[in-house]
Amino acid sequence: MWKWLHPYAKTENAYALCNTLLPWFWAGTCVFLSVGVVWGLVFAPQDYQQFESVRIIYIHVPSAILSMGAYVAMAVAALVGIVWQWRTAFMTMIAIAPVGAVVTFVALFTGAAWGKPMWGTWWIWDARLTSELILLFLYIGVIALYGVFDDKQQAGKAAGVMALVGVVNVPIIHYSVVWWNTLHQGASISKVDKPDVADPMLWPLLICLAGFAFFIAAVSTVRLKSEIVRREMHRPWVQKLVSNDGVSSDAI
Amino acid sequence: MSSLYTGVFKRDLTLAFRQKAELLQPLMFLVLVVSLFPIGVGPAPEILQMIGPGVIWVAAILSSLLGMERLFRDDFNDGSLEQLMLSGLNLNLVVAVKITVHWLVSAVPLLLLSPLLSMFLHMTVDMYIALLMTLLLGTPLISMIGAIAVGLTVGVSRGGVLLALLLIPIFIPLLIFATSAVDSAALQLPYFSQLAIIAAMLLLAVAFSPFAIAYSLKVSQN
Repeated sequence: MWKWLHPYAKTENAYALCNTLLPWFWAGTCVFLSVGVVWGLVFAPQDYQQFESVRIIYIHVPSAILSMGAYVAMAVAALVGIVWQWRTAFMTMIAIAPVGAVVTFVALFTGAAWGKPMWGTWWIWDARLTSELILLFLYIGVIALYGVFDDKQQAGKAAGVMALVGVVNVPIIHYSVVWWNTLHQGASISKVDKPDVADPMLWPLLICLAGFAFFIAAVSTVRLKSEIVRREMHRPWVQKLVSNDGVSSDAI
Repeated sequence: MSSLYTGVFKRDLTLAFRQKAELLQPLMFLVLVVSLFPIGVGPAPEILQMIGPGVIWVAAILSSLLGMERLFRDDFNDGSLEQLMLSGLNLNLVVAVKITVHWLVSAVPLLLLSPLLSMFLHMTVDMYIALLMTLLLGTPLISMIGAIAVGLTVGVSRGGVLLALLLIPIFIPLLIFATSAVDSAALQLPYFSQLAIIAAMLLLAVAFSPFAIAYSLKVSQN
């Protein structure tokens, strides 16, 4: 069952897979993000209470959802790396980490910018804001731990352990802060039954979500490619790749 | 075989008591931090009573972070950790023994100091009992989770700040439930549920942390 995955433990195959997937990711990003953003920011109706400022939802909600999604993806990569000893899995993990941290920051920033007109304050120690902030700290911890090791294979393993410890903690943190304090509205689209968001707003929101997901995947893939090249500099296939690029683009 | 683990236990305990300064400094830090708060926010008893549980818990977490590095650092530097790993002993059990010793020499003095701290902050007897319960359940959790991060950073020079960066976000749920328990006790409300959640986190850590610590030590030994 796992046989089709094993070849990608080799950096060369993983690099080829990145090259195959990347155009699709960028295409998905362009289509979904442009459609979703234009629909959301221009054509979607405004809120009867919040007026135009509700439009920040099309940035805020996808980034908030995907900040957690990226963390889980990172932890899955870490688990794969630790269990099967794949170097590419650790590279994937560290490729995702800064992207996820930036998405978390975007969610926090848009949340603050939305909170100012709506709640009258930039920041409130509310459950979801707090757990998002802690998520950012967890990302920074993983990145910082990865940074202190000179041996990047060892760094990957260490950061992987920390990512796994964090992913066990994310639900605990989430529920503990929900219990601790809450001002933020409850979940509006992640429910299984009919969402609370009206259809004219829900569709652009979901399209934006898909666009953000593709964008994160694309940026992570680019980072993974450069990570593979940096780490495998001495391998013949990378040397060949670099020299081929040099010839074809006449850069050197 | 079990006498070997007893040997590790005795050795760690002896070593800990021979480095008394390292044991006392985090405790002094704890007392100093707690006594800064009345000076900083004013000596009004009702304010101190309100912020007391949070202050004591934050200070306890910070002071335990200071002493945490001791857990594996000396053994790592003089190579005895490597010998333990090569000795054929079950590494999971060895780290469990080491954590127990660390808890005994770092957290038990903290528990003994806690009446003094709660008196500083004008906490009631009910609040103190709740605080003691949360500390009893929470400090082993701190030692166990902390040991994972210590295991990862033990080979890194000047890993102290990094340790705090890694661990403080992880300890937030513990802080929330512990202070919430003491706050409930202040209002004469039952706080069993908060204690139960801390105990559940503790059991989770007991089950999984030895493996994570053993793995992280192997990563550090490379």
